[in-house]
Amino acid sequence: MSDLLFFFEVTLAGLGSGALLSLTALAFVLIYKATRVINLAVGEMLMLGGYLFFAFAAGFGLPAWAAIPLAIAGGGLVGAVVERGLIRPMLGESPIAVFMVTIGLGSILVGLVELIWGTDPRALPAFMGNTPIFIGEAYVSRKIAIAFAVAAVVIAVFLVLFRYWRGGVALRATATDQAAAYSCGINVPGVFSLAWVIGCGTAAGAGVLLGSIGGISPAMGVFGLSALVVVIVGGLDSVAGALVGGLVIGLIEAWAGTYLGGEFKLVTTFGLLLVALMIRPYGLFGTTEIERL
Amino acid sequence: MKIGTAKHSYQADEALLTTRPQRLWMGLFALGLCIAPFMLDNYWLYLACLVAINVASATGLNILTGYTGLVSLGQAAFMAVGAYTVGWMQLRLGTPFLLNIVAGGIVAAAVGLLVGLPSLRVKGLYLAIATIAASIILHFVFVNWQSVTNGNSGLTLTPATFLGTPLTDYKQLYFVFVPITALMVLGAANLFRTRVGRAFIAIRDRDISAEVLGISLLRYKLTSFAISSFYAGVAGGMWAYFFRVVTPESFPFVYSIFFLAAIIVGGMGTILGAILGAVFMTLVPELLRFGIDWLTPVLPNAAAMLSPVRTIVFGLLIVGFLIFEPKGLAEIVQRTRRYFHLWPFKK
Amino acid sequence: MTGALDSGATGAARLEVEDLSLSFGGLKALRGVSFSAEPGSITALIGPNGAGKTSMFNCISGFYKPQKGSVRFDGRDVTRMHPPERAALGFARTFQNIALFRGMTVLDNIKLGRHAHMKTGLLQALAYWGPAQREEMELRAEVERRIIDFLEIDHIRNMPVAALSYGLQKRVELARALAMRPRILLLDEPVAGMNREETEDMARFILDVKEEWGTTILMVEHDMGMVMDISDHVVVLNFGEVIARGLPHEVQADPHVTEAYLGSGDPAALMARLKGETGTTGNSGAPTDDRREDVA
Ligand SMILES: Nc1ncnc2c1ncn2[C@@H]1O[C@H](COP(=O)(O)OP(=O)(O)OP(=O)(O)O)[C@@H](O)[C@H]1O
Ligand SMILES: [Mg+2]
Repeated sequence: MSDLLFFFEVTLAGLGSGALLSLTALAFVLIYKATRVINLAVGEMLMLGGYLFFAFAAGFGLPAWAAIPLAIAGGGLVGAVVERGLIRPMLGESPIAVFMVTIGLGSILVGLVELIWGTDPRALPAFMGNTPIFIGEAYVSRKIAIAFAVAAVVIAVFLVLFRYWRGGVALRATATDQAAAYSCGINVPGVFSLAWVIGCGTAAGAGVLLGSIGGISPAMGVFGLSALVVVIVGGLDSVAGALVGGLVIGLIEAWAGTYLGGEFKLVTTFGLLLVALMIRPYGLFGTTEIERL
Repeated sequence: MKIGTAKHSYQADEALLTTRPQRLWMGLFALGLCIAPFMLDNYWLYLACLVAINVASATGLNILTGYTGLVSLGQAAFMAVGAYTVGWMQLRLGTPFLLNIVAGGIVAAAVGLLVGLPSLRVKGLYLAIATIAASIILHFVFVNWQSVTNGNSGLTLTPATFLGTPLTDYKQLYFVFVPITALMVLGAANLFRTRVGRAFIAIRDRDISAEVLGISLLRYKLTSFAISSFYAGVAGGMWAYFFRVVTPESFPFVYSIFFLAAIIVGGMGTILGAILGAVFMTLVPELLRFGIDWLTPVLPNAAAMLSPVRTIVFGLLIVGFLIFEPKGLAEIVQRTRRYFHLWPFKK
Repeated sequence: MTGALDSGATGAARLEVEDLSLSFGGLKALRGVSFSAEPGSITALIGPNGAGKTSMFNCISGFYKPQKGSVRFDGRDVTRMHPPERAALGFARTFQNIALFRGMTVLDNIKLGRHAHMKTGLLQALAYWGPAQREEMELRAEVERRIIDFLEIDHIRNMPVAALSYGLQKRVELARALAMRPRILLLDEPVAGMNREETEDMARFILDVKEEWGTTILMVEHDMGMVMDISDHVVVLNFGEVIARGLPHEVQADPHVTEAYLGSGDPAALMARLKGETGTTGNSGAPTDDRREDVA
């Protein structure tokens, strides 16, 4: 097999996991834009989604078409509970304190999952089939291709909703100016809840996709770290940044993992993160905060 | 309240312990620390040493995060730098214990300076994430710099020797660690009686006006990083002599979170807070172990629950304190103190 | 380090601003502004909202870098100097949106002002040893004697600043600026948001600083009554340009000035203020202290 073809295949695989990163990053940006909360537990929400799917599909024996929506709804429900129970009481506290709350939340979620399902990795019931797909001569794993397609569709739907749906408009208004949105009669607390529900539901969905590719384990939340790199590089409040950043980081991780070795994956991305931060402290597409005396 | 102008009265007013009850309690506490090793069994001595190590590191992080407002999720990585330095010096150079520990602190401080550089451009959460990046890069170095770190198998240390005696049991280590930690805590308390500490707090409260008021952000942000990682490095050095094996997995990312949790639970930006937080967060997992042991006769698989339950409780403590007692245990202590006022002395 | 720059010189300094221009993207905040503040006098910088007064202060204290022009301090060009170095030379200021350090007591806030003139290094600080302790004690004694008594704030010295009223916070800001060993004192709206009594107190303190300390003072203020009462010289800015300057009564009579103010708000109120009859709270609106809280 030619080197070029191999490179092409690696690139396709990178784009596949990049799409998942974009999706996770989108969940993250959604919450950040609406509520200014950095949700470090997004990786754990993703993990929870994988386990919920496992519970519905393997535990209750539900078919995939029922188990997937249930897992997403479960994620959304947890998002709502978290927003009401943990985030809203922190309104007005320093961003760092709220950020730490989400770290604590991540720990709670990991502990709960370990308590219920144990620490061993598990495989999710297959629902995508295994026949590989070929693009030209290049081989792509079917699961990755499906994950890419699903992520792309979901992201497209989101973009449309942002533009035209009332809730999406309210969300953007709140992101731009909370006080103004409030005085225009937008239900700002409602928007906060909505953002958390959608964000956590999205993360749970991404977890189902990720879990069906690589299996689930309580440690799969580290995927959230890569997503974190994506949003920092892209800019915390930039949807475009999440999309582009996700694909770029996915590619870089795939290339670094293949050509340098698996242990180089994280260092490369985090090294790039440092460089990106030094050059553009608010991300490639993020809004610069101006400080005045 | 009018304070006389005589110089000595300002001195009294600016002392670390200003009231008689405070001095009495501190004296009793010091006495307790001295006699404790003779009353405790080996298990509790082990915990006391661990607490001393964690207090030292948490105090360092408190200077950086609690007082200067620069959130770091890299404290464990700086400890690792100290631990590796100590291990390497002990094995390769055979230099004395105290020198190694100090060198561990200095090397960690140098690395901390480097990691602190982004803080000049990057703020708040972006900085926190830059420190995560630094931890991951350091971990990579520990795994791959074979000639110094011995890769994944790590370094195995011989016991420290101090004044000709090898420090092999916990009681001996206690008598070395506790004074070192006490000195470091005292140093931190002193810092905030001077212009250096005030500069840190000013940067935390509003850094841009601090600069106009004469504080060089470059200098003091980096100083804060350096000193905080010096504390971490010394703590890591003690850690190395305590466990005597240092591997890349000895200082995982959650250990960094542990320190941040400790200063949150204890109370950010107070000396007492870092101490209380580190003690509390070190002891809670042990208390949980007792709880689980006690449950085992009733619940046969209770032992398997220990680790998840610890993880959950750890998260609950962080969240609970942030929501219900954001100023931490130190505030609870203050409230209690106000309640009893100057007890046992009458006012 | 910055302490080393401390020239040791004391007394009032002369401040000259020459042809200073500053823009933010397309917005020209200052366009070729020139003026000077004479040693030992009070110069008021006035002008409608958004005229560029605070931007001017920020250029003088080094927080903004002007694109063109120079700032000279006793003849020395300081345009390229960093803020902390300027502080060490004797630039001291207060802020329009109170910038006290909320985690510190009044006393510590004031002491902080002396930072650039102190020498204690990190190691001495950790040990609180000899010179470090002596320096702190000297500072404490001087702050008590020259500042706390002077500004009549001894009853609040150990209170956290967040617990103070607005007027007292402004006074503590002045105290902190005085602790900076000012050779030029920049006061950005020292009486904005104060009631009449507080305003009068503050005016008295500013005059006392001029008379007892002999410091050069440059002051931005919307309260025309106070400006007319205490300043020796007035410079009027509008849209980033100097439109008038001179003695208070000259400026008051200048038609350009009336016009500038008329263009910017309620004419009756402004006329009243120009005549110095109101002594009210200034027109800068509710003082917001939290413009940048979100970047904590
Ligand atoms: N950092 C900045 N970025 C962009 N524009 C700025 C910045 N600082 C000031 N400006 C703009 O420069 C102009 C002058 O502002 P400045 O704060 O100097 O006015 P001012 O005379 O102090 O007004 P006020 O009386 O309201 O305090 C305003 O239009 C303001 O919006
Ligand atoms: Mg202004």
